[in-house]
Amino acid sequence: MTDAGPGVGPVETQRVVLFTEDDPLVLETGARLAPVEVAYETYGTLDGDGANAVFVCHALTGDAHAAGHHGDPRRPGWWDNLIGPGRALDTDRLFVICANVLGGCQGTTGPSSIDPATGAPYGLRFPQLGVRDLVDVHRALVRRLGIERLLGVIGGSLGGMQALQWAIDHPGELDGAIVIAASARLSAQNIAFSAVAREAIMRDPDFNGGDFYGDGAARPNRGLALARMIGHITYLSEASMREKFGRRIQDADEPRRGFDVDFEVESYLHHQGRSFVDRFDANTYLYLTRVMDYFDPFGGDPVELAERLSRVDSRFLVVSFDSDWRFSTEHSREIVQTLSAARVPVTFREISAPMGHDSFLMPIPEYHRTIAGFVDRLLHERGA
Amino acid sequence: MRPDLDVVARLVGHGARVLDLGCGDGTLLEHLIRRQGGAGHGIERSDEGFHACVARGVPVSQGDLEQELRDLPGGTFDCVVLSQTLQATTQPAEVLREMRRVAPRGVVSLPNFGHWRLRASLLLRGRMPVSRALPHPWYETPNLHLCTLRDFEELVRETGWHAATRVVLDEDGRALTGVAARAANLLGAGAIYALTA
Repeated sequence: MTDAGPGVGPVETQRVVLFTEDDPLVLETGARLAPVEVAYETYGTLDGDGANAVFVCHALTGDAHAAGHHGDPRRPGWWDNLIGPGRALDTDRLFVICANVLGGCQGTTGPSSIDPATGAPYGLRFPQLGVRDLVDVHRALVRRLGIERLLGVIGGSLGGMQALQWAIDHPGELDGAIVIAASARLSAQNIAFSAVAREAIMRDPDFNGGDFYGDGAARPNRGLALARMIGHITYLSEASMREKFGRRIQDADEPRRGFDVDFEVESYLHHQGRSFVDRFDANTYLYLTRVMDYFDPFGGDPVELAERLSRVDSRFLVVSFDSDWRFSTEHSREIVQTLSAARVPVTFREISAPMGHDSFLMPIPEYHRTIAGFVDRLLHERGA
Repeated sequence: MRPDLDVVARLVGHGARVLDLGCGDGTLLEHLIRRQGGAGHGIERSDEGFHACVARGVPVSQGDLEQELRDLPGGTFDCVVLSQTLQATTQPAEVLREMRRVAPRGVVSLPNFGHWRLRASLLLRGRMPVSRALPHPWYETPNLHLCTLRDFEELVRETGWHAATRVVLDEDGRALTGVAARAANLLGAGAIYALTA
């Protein structure tokens, strides 16, 4: 089922304004935000009754371009191995939507967008966000597309957090939530890593308090690249780094014994950092890592939580990977146990895969088979 | 559904929230959820069993039941089912104790190593018994801890359970009655027990 057929082919990112000055987005903090424009893509055909729609939520550095290509078939979307004709999210049967998240930098309103109050980019004047706010913008897009109830919401990492929040906050809006390599509560270690990444950005001399968008202004690329390097280490496993790089020396047989890049793994991280700054905004990195740090959908008053979970009418699939140490299987187990104790139907699977947190982006047959089977069942129960 | 699963379903009863340890392809849970107004969760080790459960829409965790059982919070379930699985666990006594921690009722089915045919195989032929209930040759059986019904009943008491009901099964998995049921340890190919705390 993986990689069967030619994929969804050429696609275009679309844009829509979902909230305006007259009808602003009210954030979790009570702050108001307008306008809110969203970049999104869709694949497949929406059924007449909208029963075949699946919403894909992307992770920290993802975007709306999940599948197909923008002209070069060798450069497909970030989850192209999952989405397409005959693939686990089969676009011959499903209508798949993916949108850049609120606070993002790939077409959806975020800190690099123009603040109508000043006529200049928001920078750090952009309001603080929660996962709920990201979800509320997705929901507005779903309504705009004329879909009453989604078949499912799926996402990995920060994407899984959105799927989880959506399902527990909004009964009646989705049949199934697929929560992959995610967490309901970051650990101190997780927060520590994101704190160091943010420090790297904010201590860059070109950061300038988040105002670095002027013509010719230098951007905090060194800090952002460093943040990406740190993040990337946490996405891989020790085994996958050993496998991929070992202790090999870059472009030489003998070590050069200096402080420049010498080991292959150093070269790789530098490359990751450099290519990241071309496509990503440093302020978005700050905002979205903070969104993850504060995410705690099972926190607060246990009585109120139990009451809220008793209304959940979605079924869940929770997937983790045994080599993921960023959001280890324990994070997924906590989600499973909390939902299960509240009598929410949950299916759980830990997939054996060596690639760490990044495994969720890989075409692992048992993993994709699990998703495909779960979605098949959702379709079956919809009578599709 | 297999006749022995029918008996298990009857002993579980209606409307129960059930944990099925070693749930296989999810047949029993599907029946309990759709026909008996129950809810439930399965634990299954095999890929094939897991995918079959997903295809049936039965909530399932893939994993080792002994490990998963240890991680489960207490008091989440009304009834815990262990169907033809106890003999394949590494620590049957611990499994029974853990079952008691997570639910006030249990239903356990198991093959009887005291069945006359098995006894005869060992006594007369001097060979490790192979039967319909225990079809594997000794060198590739998944069964680590086989026991007779009498052995099991002793362990039930030691682990703090009370055997409230016992249904003795013939080699086709059908309930035995009368004299045969009373001579269960000799004539039963297996049995299903309803346990209460």
